[in-house]
Amino acid sequence: MIVQALAFYLFAGMTIASAVMVIAARNPVHSVLFLILAFFNSAGLFVLMGAEFLAMILVVVYVGAVAVLFLFVVMMLDIDLVEIRQGFLQYMPIGGLVGIILLVELLFVLGAWIAVPETAAVTGVPLPPPEQVPNTRALGVVLYTKYVYLFQASGLILLVAMIGAIVLTLRRRDGVRRQSISGQIGRRREDSVEIKKVPNRSGA
Amino acid sequence: MANDSLMIFWEGYGLPTVIIVAQIVAIIVALLLSVAYLTLAERKVLSAAQMRKGPNVVGPFGLLQPIADGVKLLFKETILPAGANRVVFIAAPMITFILALIAWAVIPIGPGIVLADINVGILYLFAISSLGVYGVIMAGWASNSKYPFLGALRSAAQMVSYEVSMGFVIITVLICVGSLNLTDIVMAQQTVWFVVPLLPMFVIFFVSILAETNRSPFDLPEGESELVAGFFLEYSAIPFALFYLGEYGNMILMSAMTAILFLGGWLPPVDVAPFNWIPGPIWFAGKVAFILFCFLWVRATMPRYRYDQLMRLGWKVFLPFSLFWVVLTAGVVVAFDWVPQP
Repeated sequence: MIVQALAFYLFAGMTIASAVMVIAARNPVHSVLFLILAFFNSAGLFVLMGAEFLAMILVVVYVGAVAVLFLFVVMMLDIDLVEIRQGFLQYMPIGGLVGIILLVELLFVLGAWIAVPETAAVTGVPLPPPEQVPNTRALGVVLYTKYVYLFQASGLILLVAMIGAIVLTLRRRDGVRRQSISGQIGRRREDSVEIKKVPNRSGA
Repeated sequence: MANDSLMIFWEGYGLPTVIIVAQIVAIIVALLLSVAYLTLAERKVLSAAQMRKGPNVVGPFGLLQPIADGVKLLFKETILPAGANRVVFIAAPMITFILALIAWAVIPIGPGIVLADINVGILYLFAISSLGVYGVIMAGWASNSKYPFLGALRSAAQMVSYEVSMGFVIITVLICVGSLNLTDIVMAQQTVWFVVPLLPMFVIFFVSILAETNRSPFDLPEGESELVAGFFLEYSAIPFALFYLGEYGNMILMSAMTAILFLGGWLPPVDVAPFNWIPGPIWFAGKVAFILFCFLWVRATMPRYRYDQLMRLGWKVFLPFSLFWVVLTAGVVVAFDWVPQP
């Protein structure tokens, strides 16, 4: 138990510390790296709670894919750190105001939070204890039977969003020579090579 | 009294810690030795393919060459470029090397011979291998130099692309197994190795791990003819050695993953007399060595891909095909009522 408590405080402390560093770091690339550290430690917390599937998915999806793209974009931005610090005082009042409003709203929401007593009966499908059924199977059984329509609908929404992003950024430029693989493979010898008998001293 | 509580502490915490550290050390030593001799094997295979002798001066048949190389790198000077971002610059090779090592915690090399037999073993492996891109991308950025940065960008796009089809291949295998545990995956292949019913997936997986480990013919991140040396251009001495060890460690890891997913892990090809006398770990090592030989064979044979062709292959050929195969496998498994039962 002591080891688990120690591990919990280690992961939780690291998560909070790196989350603070995300907004405190001067260099945006360092911010993203701290964000990745925060994801990692949250995955550690999931493992401590026995939610091993969620922990691994968190690492695969957020660290392995989303944060890579973040890092990709942030690295390529040419950010002048001095310029950012000059604008800091100018933007601080309005930024602080927005922050305070959001904080107050969050406090109102969380303060008035009451869980309906029937919630557990309505949403809760009793999950078997993790010793008997691995939680990958437990999740799959719930997700693909009881909530299959919601699951498919969320997939469709993501698909539509993806198509939208592609449509917005796709542009055809003229004058770009593209490789046509099927055309290359479909070429036959007769189309491209011609054998001619060349008489001596007269040229083809 | 104090002696008693000390005993309890020793049996509860001390002894397990000592045992697990000993196991970790055993795995790492074996792995580093394999990496060292993989570099020698690569040079020997390449030289055989090109009808040369290869390294044959240091020790008998050049067997001490990897040690000589290691000592050379150890005693060189570590150079930090003036414009580099120091912390990230030093952290990048460490991350590459650490990621190549920690994945071995879940690899079963024989029946029950595994450090951590976790339920989500294959997901853990997939997660660790998808992190490999960070070492490369951080190295390229922290070097603060053109060629490493270009190499890092190429590598990031390439590794993210091929992970997608790797994920689908893994899903296909999982449909046939019904478990994410690596030991279960191996035991599900007792009747027939998955390479037989899922041969196209095996081919896709092999090509994808070539791209994932940045090996030839997909070694564009370090393409020397256009990027000098790619993302580790600015590295020297020990950091360079760590990248090198990480790359070869990843090759062995990916080969082990292929062996577990498709070639039946530690299982013999048929469970009859002369084959099942040989212990499991030797079968496993033999399969890994075979796939590693294929890595080197490809390097000796194939010219490097062009970058747009690489992307086309990943997104327009492998992705649709592996997606189709996932659907097909799931359909067949359900239609013939072969769904694996827990």
